[in-house]
Amino acid sequence: MVFCLAEAVSRARTSAHAVLEGPDINRALIRISHEILERTKGGEDVVLLGIPTRGVHLARRLAGHIRQFEGHPVPVGSLDITMYRDDLRTKPARPLGRTELPSDGIDDKTVVLVDDVLYSGRTVRAALDALNDLGRPRAVQLAALVDRGHRELPIRADYVGKNLPTSKSEIVKVYLEEHDGRDAVLLLKEEDK
Amino acid sequence: MKRHLISAADLSRDDALLILDTADELARISDRSIKKLPTLRGRTVVNLFFEDSTRTRISFEAAAKRLSADVINFSAKGSSVSKGESLKDTALTLEAMGADAVVIRHGASGAPHRLAGWVRGSVVNAGDGTHEHPTQALLDAFTMRRRLGSLEGRRVTVVGDILHSRVARSNVLLLSTLGAEVTLVAPPTLLPVSVGSWPCEVSYDLDSVLPKSDVVMMLRVQRERMNAAFFPTEREYSRRYGLDRERFARLKEDAVVMHPGPMNRGMEIAAEVADSPRSTIVEQVANGVTTRMAVLYLLLGGADLGGEDQ
Repeated sequence: MVFCLAEAVSRARTSAHAVLEGPDINRALIRISHEILERTKGGEDVVLLGIPTRGVHLARRLAGHIRQFEGHPVPVGSLDITMYRDDLRTKPARPLGRTELPSDGIDDKTVVLVDDVLYSGRTVRAALDALNDLGRPRAVQLAALVDRGHRELPIRADYVGKNLPTSKSEIVKVYLEEHDGRDAVLLLKEEDK
Repeated sequence: MKRHLISAADLSRDDALLILDTADELARISDRSIKKLPTLRGRTVVNLFFEDSTRTRISFEAAAKRLSADVINFSAKGSSVSKGESLKDTALTLEAMGADAVVIRHGASGAPHRLAGWVRGSVVNAGDGTHEHPTQALLDAFTMRRRLGSLEGRRVTVVGDILHSRVARSNVLLLSTLGAEVTLVAPPTLLPVSVGSWPCEVSYDLDSVLPKSDVVMMLRVQRERMNAAFFPTEREYSRRYGLDRERFARLKEDAVVMHPGPMNRGMEIAAEVADSPRSTIVEQVANGVTTRMAVLYLLLGGADLGGEDQ
């Protein structure tokens, strides 16, 4: 992984700067779990839905923390938004991720959507459309590990791990233990020529 | 993936697995209360059926509608085809109407291939003559995978009228791509001459093959194509090549029985075998919609490839 990253960095003539590393990510997630519990009065009727791929891992971690603090489990699921994207026609057809709802469904629940990076807001727009076809939650909230700005739609996050001012030419990469073998958020900058 | 789906041989192992994996995810949608996705909104799928069909046409129609595509159904009966219009002129008419995909069933082998040269959209073969029926093979593979897991090394026996069967050819090609071992069983008169070059085994004796099979696929005896004396009587065919209760009892315990439909109950398959829990015949119909959704999504859901094969 490190080798791959180094290679990618050198090819694109970019420099990588770690914004969050190792335990930083879990600290942010622990804070978000507390905020969720606070805002939802103890997490009753909360359903965490992660957006594949990394959002699902983040949702599972949040659920783990909430269980630790409150002693009761919160249902976790995943919500694939591929079929609802507005940019499908710009690339060859993409493989689908998995949508898995908790057995109790989402009707009359407070759904917290979980994603790794909040950027244009288009993913969240697609997720809201997908939710619409799956049921009628009482409320929908949004948690993002990183909010990097540059919204193209009127969408904001309710819970943010880290606000990260970026320029559009920069790239934010999130690495998670479960998927990439380590925890880190990197900001890749293109170097001046 | 290529732009068209004409033959099961066009699919690489990766393509086939991508279609089956996509179908796996799409299968969950049929459990939801809203069984519709917005993905192909604004796209037009034309069902061009020159031969009779119930399940394939309805299945493609349901698949396209669940993806929000507009569907135009065309059947040769009651159209200008009965006034003598050629396939090419029909195709150009559809083209002018802006079809993004044409699903074609035709009595002549190779018709979809010709059509692909005339239209800009994607062409999906829904059965051409005695040549191929790739989406049937995909839904069969999908059904097997759901029942048995990976197809690698599985033994599949296809029994019956191989000579006239487009399902058999597509299945042999696809299943061998996916790593299964296929054995065809039929009377010598119902095997095509070229069968020696197919990637499969051939046997004339059903009873010797049955005990090792993981899947037994019975094919319909196509009476409408039986224009010569291929076997003495239907009773004799049924006795030697039909799946009756006794043969069913000798199958492996976890073996499944398939049939692409429509069935001749009592001829190639006994009614109680067709209705047993190890038969996947009804499942195959439901899986057909899901698999065809996957095919339409992968052909039409992405960027327009602009007429060139990728």
